Amino acid sequence: MEVSIKDIIKPENLVYQKSSLLTEKPMHYCPGCTHGVVNRLIAEVIEELGLQQETIGVTPVGCSVLLYNYIDIDWQEAAHGRAPALGTAIKRLLPEKYVFTYQGDGDLAAIGTAETIHACNRGENILMVFINNGIYGMTGGQMAPTTLEGMAASTCPFGRDPERDGNPLSMTEIVATLPGTRYVTRQAAHTAGAVRKLKKALIKGFNNQKENKGTSFIEVVSTCNSGWKMTPVQANEWMVENMFPFYPLGDIKDK
Amino acid sequence: MAKMKGAIVVDMVSCKGCSLCVEACPTQVIGLADEVNAKGYNYAYMVNPEACTGCSNCAMVCPDSCITVYRMRVAEPA
Repeated sequence: MEVSIKDIIKPENLVYQKSSLLTEKPMHYCPGCTHGVVNRLIAEVIEELGLQQETIGVTPVGCSVLLYNYIDIDWQEAAHGRAPALGTAIKRLLPEKYVFTYQGDGDLAAIGTAETIHACNRGENILMVFINNGIYGMTGGQMAPTTLEGMAASTCPFGRDPERDGNPLSMTEIVATLPGTRYVTRQAAHTAGAVRKLKKALIKGFNNQKENKGTSFIEVVSTCNSGWKMTPVQANEWMVENMFPFYPLGDIKDK
Repeated sequence: MAKMKGAIVVDMVSCKGCSLCVEACPTQVIGLADEVNAKGYNYAYMVNPEACTGCSNCAMVCPDSCITVYRMRVAEPA
C-alpha cells in the first residue's frame, strides 16, 4: 500500500514542531546563522523543563540584542558586556528564578571580560551562554579577541598576525580554571548530532541552578557566514577545519 | 517488517534558503525551490518525498524553526 504525504501529515504523527515559546516574529539573523539555532534550543529547553514563568534571560549587545523579541519569557537588556553583572543582581534578588545570560564574543570576551571573569570567579549561580564566531558580526566583521591566527576580518584583511594583533583568546579554558565555575563546556551547532548534544548541555546548565553550586558556562563555537564571506554550508566546513582545532569541543569541567 | 515514513512541512514564508537542512538530510529529500518567497529567498521543499524517514535532522539544524516533521510506521507489503 502506498502512503501519501497527506496520510503522514497528521497531528498524531507529529514528531517535531516549533517551540510554543518562540514568538511569531521572524528572526533578523542572516540566513544560516548559528544564533537562530541556539535561540530555538533555549526556547525548547525552557519549554521542556516547564520554566517559562521562572526564567529571566539577560540579552547582550551584538547580533543577538533582539533576542527578547523571539522567546516569550522575562528579559532584561544589559549594557554592552555587562550581562553577567546584571545576571548576578537578578539572581541575588530573586534566587528562586532561573537566570541565564546570552552573549557573543565581542560582548563576553572583549568589553565584558572583567564582568565575565568576576561573575565566574564569584561562582554566581547562573547559566552563561557564549556564542563564539571569532568576529564582530553586527558591526561589519571586525577582528574580535577570539579571531584565529591568520583569520581574515575587515580590520585585519590579510589575517590576524599575533605579533601585531595579539593572540586569540580562549575564554572557556580561562573560566574553567576559576573555582567558582561548576560546569564548563564547549559545544557547536553545525550538525544535528551537535545540536542534540548542545541541547543536553543547556538542560544541564538550567538544572544546575537548582543546586546552587556555581556558574554554568556553555560556549557554542558558531559561524558568521556573512562576516566570513561564505555560504552557510561553507562556513560550517570552515569552522570544522579551522575553529575546532583551536576551540576543541567537549566538557572542560563538570563537578 | 515495518519501516518509518516521514514528511516535512516547510514554512515557506520564514525560510531563508540557507540550505543547512539540504546538507543535514541523510536521504537527500530536501532541495531549494527555483521560485523565491516574499523575502526573495529560494525556500526549501521536499524534492524527493519518498525517501523521507522523518529523522528530524533538518529541523534540528534549521536556524529559523521553519520545519515541522511528521513520522509514521508503515507496514511493508509482504
